[in-house]
Amino acid sequence: MTTIVPESRSASPRPRSTRHVAATAQFDRHRMWVVTRTELRQLIQSKDYWIPMVLLGSLFFLIIPAILLLIITRVGNISVVQQASQALQVLPQAAQEKIQGGTPQGRTAYALAVYLFAPVAVVVPLTISTAVGAASLVGERERGTGEFLAHSPASVREIYLGKLFASFVPGYLTVLVGFGSYALMVNLLVGPQVGGWFFPTPEWLVMMFWIIPPFLLLTLSLVLRLSARVKSTAAAQQASGLITLPLIGIAYAQATGTLMGTSASTGWVLGAIAWVLAVISLHRGVRSVTRNRLLGVAQ
Amino acid sequence: MSRWAVTCPIQTRMAPPPDTIPTPPPVAAPNVAPAPELVVELSGIGHRFGDNQALADLDLTVPTARITVLLGPNGAGKTTAIRVITGALVPMTGRVTTFGLDPDAQGHLVRPRCGVVSAKPALYDRLSGRDNLLYSAELYGLGRDIDDRIDEVAGRFGIADALGDAVGGYSTGMKTRLALARSVLHDPELLLFDEPTSGLDPESSHAVLDLIREMTNEGCTVVMCTHLLAEAEGLADHVVMMEGGTDMISGSPKELTEQFWPHPIVRLQAEDPRLLDRVAGWPGVAAYRRDPAGARLEIDDIGRLPDMIASLVADGVRLTRVEPHEPTLEDLYFTIRRQRGGSTEDPDHHALAPVSPGWAPRHQPVPPVLDIDPSTSASAPDTVWVEDAASSTTASSTTASSTTGSSTTGTPTTASSTAAGQDRT
Repeated sequence: MTTIVPESRSASPRPRSTRHVAATAQFDRHRMWVVTRTELRQLIQSKDYWIPMVLLGSLFFLIIPAILLLIITRVGNISVVQQASQALQVLPQAAQEKIQGGTPQGRTAYALAVYLFAPVAVVVPLTISTAVGAASLVGERERGTGEFLAHSPASVREIYLGKLFASFVPGYLTVLVGFGSYALMVNLLVGPQVGGWFFPTPEWLVMMFWIIPPFLLLTLSLVLRLSARVKSTAAAQQASGLITLPLIGIAYAQATGTLMGTSASTGWVLGAIAWVLAVISLHRGVRSVTRNRLLGVAQ
Repeated sequence: MSRWAVTCPIQTRMAPPPDTIPTPPPVAAPNVAPAPELVVELSGIGHRFGDNQALADLDLTVPTARITVLLGPNGAGKTTAIRVITGALVPMTGRVTTFGLDPDAQGHLVRPRCGVVSAKPALYDRLSGRDNLLYSAELYGLGRDIDDRIDEVAGRFGIADALGDAVGGYSTGMKTRLALARSVLHDPELLLFDEPTSGLDPESSHAVLDLIREMTNEGCTVVMCTHLLAEAEGLADHVVMMEGGTDMISGSPKELTEQFWPHPIVRLQAEDPRLLDRVAGWPGVAAYRRDPAGARLEIDDIGRLPDMIASLVADGVRLTRVEPHEPTLEDLYFTIRRQRGGSTEDPDHHALAPVSPGWAPRHQPVPPVLDIDPSTSASAPDTVWVEDAASSTTASSTTASSTTGSSTTGTPTTASSTAAGQDRT
């Protein structure tokens, strides 16, 4: 029997490359970081995203506090300062006892620096992370790149967590950089009147490193679930706003409670609860990402 | 030696003029060549998106190291089939095997061996071309130190100079090339291209198709979706025609055209085309059809043609053109669609009905191919059909009205053609 082999097919098949890394069903942390890194790289390229965010952070962490503290510390009308100082009587006793400063200006400035700007610690980073997270999964679908991810070896868990950390990083970076700058500014402005550098206080450190991270993760786990389900980035932004507003409120209350709490352990307990909730929410959130949703063909 | 050692940057290639486009390599007939190993097997696949039946009882096989073209109109289910093959989409019914694995349960083993170019290039516009390739390389486990490999692949696809630019500034052609480069970066065994030339100019399209052919020559298996018949022609080793989410017919182009048109086809033109009707009843003429432009006939042996021409000339017919016709995928496509009741708006292809009596499309019975209107056939018509004229003893006496609605073996004719046939015989 004659075997006809087309000329163009006559060459023996080339040996396969050995570059393939054995893919397994296990979670590949490196691949998750690849997703995160690429997402962040795109953010860096997006000036239309990060320039407004930098302005927002600067406004809340530097400009507004600096103006207020300058007015307090440099104002000539002592009665105004005294009135502000008396308003501090509403603070819990434990918090009042921690206020430093020998003058009304110093005590008022100290209280404002430590207690008034607590909401900033949660509002700004949550806003920034939510903006990134809301667009992350639905954005892939809108750009058509969800198809690439759906056909790729990356598992849905790697994609979900990669996107989540890519949303977490800008927000938490804002916390660190923002409060680093804020600390420098308030210590320079208020420090001389309260006997030296005082910020961040131990309560602030607990809040930054123990309370804010789980609140960010908890919020993002919900936002990403939304992002996986909605049909457009605009819808994701709208819906995530509804979710994050109550969370911002809760986070604000928690932060305030930590700073003004009567017990040092209050912050640790609140943070622990937030971590548990965040882990549960993250675990459940992974299920929201499916290849069908990346393709945009989910029922 | 690297598989890409012989590079052929496509920007340096000029598309040849249409008449010099290389003919496809001969394809081994299945009865003489060993059956190739199958990379993909889909069996009875069904899937719905809401009320839309995207796939319905789709059967599909993809042989190794061949170009399999999924051909069909928009909405035929080609893209969904591609998604099913990699496990990106899990079908509601049926069985999928890719590389002998179940892509749903073992997608982590299937997807690294596949390279996909989707209908939209699916690139990250804010990133540079290099970053897009790097992202893919890392997802596919190639690591970060693969600049040489990226340069190599980019050079092959003619985008090396643009790698540093943001993809958002690329032209459509460059994006397609980048997507193609990304799909082969990890050296996949199975390449799945969904309309890879969509939006490209003819020159870029030709270059892309050349590259696809090259990749298959190097051992890759390619599955390509297209609705462009000309694109599939000359490229496909294996064709699967799809419509309504199911496969209508599949096989090599040669097999399929032989199945439909087993006899050589010749197109004749004369100053007075009606004089050609006498050919209809001549010995060896398996089918005859005349239209205003001339006549198309199928003869059992091409060797009869010189005698036929001589006879026509002797009869005073002034021939203006004699042209052998090789049925194309386009002919096949329109014929099959017409038989299945799909719309075919190409009247010329309406004419190319097959005479293969044994063929029947999958899933549907064969509708009557010959169905002429007696009222128009009673008087001298512009179009005349004669099927299996030589073998039918009733060819010269059967009236059009008596064969209306007949099957492919019927023999509709008209008074004029009958007379012509009788004159000759």
